[in-house]
Amino acid sequence: MMQALQRMLWPKLARQLLGRPVTDPAPAVSAEVVAQLAARLEEGAQARLGRSLAIRQVDAGSCNACELEINALGNIVYDLERFGLRFVASPRHADVLLVTGPLTRNMKEALLRTRECTPEPCWVVAVGGCAVDGGLFKDSYGVEGGVSAALPVDLVIPGCPPTPTQLLEGLLALLEAQAPPRRDGAA
Amino acid sequence: MSALDLLRTGSPQECRPVPRMLLTRPQWGALAEALVADTGPELMALWADPASVYLLLREGATLHLVSCPAPDGRYPALSPARPGAVRFERMIRDLWGHVAEGAVDLRPWLDHGRWPVAAPLAAKPEANGAAVPQPEFLTVEGEGVHQIPVGPVHAGIIEPGHFRFHVQGETVVRLEQRLGYVHKGHIGLMLGKPAQVAATLIARLSGDSTVAHGWAFAQAVEQALEVSPSPRATALRAVMAELERLHNHLNDWGFVCNDAAFAWPHAQCGALREGVLRTCAAAFGHRLMMDRVVPGGVAADLAPEGTAAILAALDAVEAAMPGLLAVYEGHASLQDRVVGTGRVAPELAARFAAGGHVGRAAGRGFDARAALPYPPYDALPPEVPVLAEGDVDARVRIRIAEIGESLRLLRALLADLPEGAVQVPLPRRGGEGIGVVEGFRGDCLHWVALDEAGLVRAAFPRDPSWLQWPLLEAAIEGNIVADFPLCNKSFNCSYSGVDL
Repeated sequence: MMQALQRMLWPKLARQLLGRPVTDPAPAVSAEVVAQLAARLEEGAQARLGRSLAIRQVDAGSCNACELEINALGNIVYDLERFGLRFVASPRHADVLLVTGPLTRNMKEALLRTRECTPEPCWVVAVGGCAVDGGLFKDSYGVEGGVSAALPVDLVIPGCPPTPTQLLEGLLALLEAQAPPRRDGAA
Repeated sequence: MSALDLLRTGSPQECRPVPRMLLTRPQWGALAEALVADTGPELMALWADPASVYLLLREGATLHLVSCPAPDGRYPALSPARPGAVRFERMIRDLWGHVAEGAVDLRPWLDHGRWPVAAPLAAKPEANGAAVPQPEFLTVEGEGVHQIPVGPVHAGIIEPGHFRFHVQGETVVRLEQRLGYVHKGHIGLMLGKPAQVAATLIARLSGDSTVAHGWAFAQAVEQALEVSPSPRATALRAVMAELERLHNHLNDWGFVCNDAAFAWPHAQCGALREGVLRTCAAAFGHRLMMDRVVPGGVAADLAPEGTAAILAALDAVEAAMPGLLAVYEGHASLQDRVVGTGRVAPELAARFAAGGHVGRAAGRGFDARAALPYPPYDALPPEVPVLAEGDVDARVRIRIAEIGESLRLLRALLADLPEGAVQVPLPRRGGEGIGVVEGFRGDCLHWVALDEAGLVRAAFPRDPSWLQWPLLEAAIEGNIVADFPLCNKSFNCSYSGVDL
């Protein structure tokens, strides 16, 4: 009887419905970063994007540590989707390209093609120390440099790798930046 | 003469823990021929420097390192005797320009024709001005066969690589991988650097195995310089390595279930893993414990509250295991996807010397902690789970068994942490050494040669994925395309680790 109960999913789900959520509260967002980002975004784009972003992640040469932490954003502790942020399988569905790694020469064309497939307006976010300027790998024959060696970058989230909380701060800043101006004039 | 008798005819050069046997070209050629009939010694790695090629074999508990000069840029191929040599030979030609004579396959591997130089690690690399060539794939003939190209940019949040499927209907007839997209030039960047600086590059060879690779590289350096880390540093390295195994195995178990569209274990494993990572940050100051293992010891001691935090995280994992396992085993919709899917034949795992869960799920019971014991595992040997089925389920079950074993090892290590310093100074001199550490994915193997000033003269980091990736091509054959993500995740090979 006990064994049969243990195999069943619904008692476990019911228990979790009754318990307190394990999800962390949202981190604070830097007002300065939000202002800079908002200035980059045209007014029309604000209306089109609304308060939701579809993200396409591109590994352009990373060691996979950044991918581990980006994946962690989806776990129930960070629960990225509660903010209207979600990862999509194709750049054609994306508003944001989240690019990691020093840009390798062998990935440059794939990154450029991914950007070409992404509709406007599109944010490019460079994630991790390597994506900023090539990091430890910048002097290698196999590396172009940071992500900006191929694409204009809108936001940088440094760290080696950035923690999920740091990633969340950056992504929430993007959301804030495109929040439409409030009608009541309270800014 | 057996292969091992042949390599004993070489002239021994100083290297630790085993000498390097220097062979002449005819001796190397004879060894390559002997290995065809003598299937005993396993090929663990094959690499080069500008002047020579190097081969590491294993038989039983002994490693055998041999080298052979290649002054004209040629050497007798090993791929006719050991299929695992194929990708190494392709890589050697791309990086150093040495050509394996009689090789099974000499198409480019890491070099996609996009670097400013050809053979970038050769003594004199040549400028590359040629147009980028189209990759050549192996072909399949038959009625109704068509191709599906996938990648390098994948649908999920994973590393880039290209998979070329030949399919007939829904069934995969052949998969061929094309990797090298994240080639960052690790080896070239390490050359001429002090061991401590090279270690920061190795910590970023494959981020999920940062501890295991860092430890294996540190071992190689310590062997080369004849220094021993303190007992406390050794124990702390093992604590970090077991935590790394734990968080990765939890991650993979959850993701395999997720790829079968069964979300609950994924959510549970994700939460447990997050607990482990936060504990790592509290205990060692970094969630993935990057740069914590350094040549000579560990970068910093365990935080005062670290032991209690780790033990609490272990209790949480242990408490959740029976329920998770019962759900994994008790749902036919999930079992139907994993049992019998992506089978690796034990003969193949043995021929490729595939390590980690890929080998142990297919009858090859090699675990470096037990087979080539190093402190502290010489005094604390792990139980090594082995299964013969070789399917997705077996690879998951090996991980589940290893989660339990890591919990036991961690508690034993923490209950008996030696006191003392955590770093010893490194002397400034030359030497050559080998290090092998069992990471979550398998045996991480490092060879390093330091010059008289203590700077890296030559090095080769061998991620376990080198000998696992080819088996994924075999595992998917005859399966349906829709099961590929499941097979791929159950292997979870590193791209960055083999792209160098």
